Amino acid sequence: MQENSVMPDRLSLLQRICYSIFPGTLQRPKYREGYGSFFNTLVLHFRPRSVQERTLRFTLTWGLGGMAVVLVCMLFATGLMLKFIYQPVPDRAYESIIHLQNNMLFGQLIRNIHHWSGNILLIIVFFHFLRVFFTGAFHSPRQFNWIIGLAMFLAVLTSNITGYLLPWDQLAFWAITICTGMLEYLPGIGNWLQKLVRGGSDIGAATLSIFFAIHTAVIPACLLILMPFHFWRVRKAGGLVVPRAPDEDPSSRGDSVPSIPNLILRELVVAVMLIAVIMVAAVIFNAPLGAKANPGLSPNPTKAPWYFAGIQELLLHFHPLFALFIIPVLMLIALVSIPYFNYQTETAGVWFASHRGRRMAAVAALVAIIFTPIGIVADEFVIDFAAWMPGLSAVVSNGILPAAFVLAGIIAFYWLVNKKYAATNNESIQSIFVLFVVAFIILTITGIWFRGRGMALMWPWEY
Amino acid sequence: METMPTKTKEKKSEAEPTRRSFFNILWIGLGLVALAEFIAVAFAFLRPRKSKAPGENTDLIITAGAVERFTPNSVTAFVRGKFYLARLEDGGFLALSRTCTHLGCTLPWMEKEMKFACPCHGSAFDITGNVIDAPAPRALDIYPITIENKMIKVDTRKPIKRSAFRVEQVTYPKKKV
Repeated sequence: MQENSVMPDRLSLLQRICYSIFPGTLQRPKYREGYGSFFNTLVLHFRPRSVQERTLRFTLTWGLGGMAVVLVCMLFATGLMLKFIYQPVPDRAYESIIHLQNNMLFGQLIRNIHHWSGNILLIIVFFHFLRVFFTGAFHSPRQFNWIIGLAMFLAVLTSNITGYLLPWDQLAFWAITICTGMLEYLPGIGNWLQKLVRGGSDIGAATLSIFFAIHTAVIPACLLILMPFHFWRVRKAGGLVVPRAPDEDPSSRGDSVPSIPNLILRELVVAVMLIAVIMVAAVIFNAPLGAKANPGLSPNPTKAPWYFAGIQELLLHFHPLFALFIIPVLMLIALVSIPYFNYQTETAGVWFASHRGRRMAAVAALVAIIFTPIGIVADEFVIDFAAWMPGLSAVVSNGILPAAFVLAGIIAFYWLVNKKYAATNNESIQSIFVLFVVAFIILTITGIWFRGRGMALMWPWEY
Repeated sequence: METMPTKTKEKKSEAEPTRRSFFNILWIGLGLVALAEFIAVAFAFLRPRKSKAPGENTDLIITAGAVERFTPNSVTAFVRGKFYLARLEDGGFLALSRTCTHLGCTLPWMEKEMKFACPCHGSAFDITGNVIDAPAPRALDIYPITIENKMIKVDTRKPIKRSAFRVEQVTYPKKKV
């Protein structure tokens, strides 16, 4: 035996078991701090050894990426527990949820944590996406990581939709009826895709088992692959984008500091606070559960899940071909191509690209805040191309015409802003992005809170 | 066992195909074929198909009742068959799907206003299934009706899509001789 090692024959059974699990800690007393260093080295398998001091600023990341990881972990843990109770069959699904809530110890709490974590995750990853865009963290070498992020965003969205159906209550059944009903309008493959997703022409037992499989196996597997890929690309890019003032030299980098404790402690604080918030929310607010699904009775109003309220609102103003296919596909293409434009200036690390970029973003947000509600109200009460021009087909009067008007408005905005500010394309692209994001948020808010019976426009307190 | 060829050797042979490169391409090609097969199998596996249990199909042909039971200009709901039987003013019958053509919500019949009003997005249809209010893009689907011995039978196996109401879609009971 070596000098510094403990003699194994003097150890109790418990100690021997302990050392067999953590052999490093056997080396006493010289390495007495063994336990601590053991966990440190474990942590350093996942986190970098040192980080740029400036990337630790809370106002760079707002802890959003870390929060998303914590939420995914909580979803995995609670989802696994729910899986022991839940039965993915139409005759049993709703009853198993009732059983979970009424007869299982902490059943309601587990379901609440899962529900709120899932919904908050969607919000957190959306803010993370905005943060990455507005700090220019999608420029080379982070281009592809933006794409991975978008893929995970879609995965989280799919997970939320598929999870929405599982309780098999009225809320779930009709929201998914609408969502899968939207697929029918995809040109060419629509009907085929709808049948594939539903497992038949109607929502039924086949749909439930397909959604269950996607929710509990396909999406978790995708996330388990994509998340480490995402983090690895961050490491390969040399850590997070280094924040700097607009007029600061891009090549200037500050000091490096060791991750332990500087980074790890901050991450732990964010994680603990987030878990506390979720726990409080889960204790106070129960996850909604309506009456059992009844295919013969659509509730009024029937709304899509809140994250689809924007698309549903779009659907009230545009022909389905535009609202569900042309506009979303164009948006997706635009989002995917964001990191691959040729940009005129190097803006990685600067919030909103520059001073001028900040002003332009504010103007774009203001324009969207003013014109989106005007557009919604005008289309609801005044504009009716279909009635004014009865000779035209619905695709023209409800699709091409309104889309042309909106497009003309956007082009006019782009032209005016460019003329006024003489901006670089970084700033122009950013202002268009702000215009779309704010408009989409307003559409979503309208869909959630300002649509009542028969999807008529009304104040939230009127229904 | 032969030793692996060195890099210089491989470079020399780059211009013309060797046995090794031929086999490499062959393996990659076979791998892709196998992958395509697996994907095809997966899709074929997941593709929905109609169950062919005996007796099930005859269940879907619903006997609605005698002609006299239905007054002209009325609509009767059939919950089990998931359709509405509409008798038009001229005495003709239409079996209308209860599913809104917009996004698939179930339509209630509004007796007073004489229309189907969709609770989801405000589409409305008249007694013939024609669209009164957008956003629904086309008239309600119909099911084929046969009238034998004054008994109305509706075949709910396959809905018929249509863009608008036409007189040919109406089934009339045979006139008394």
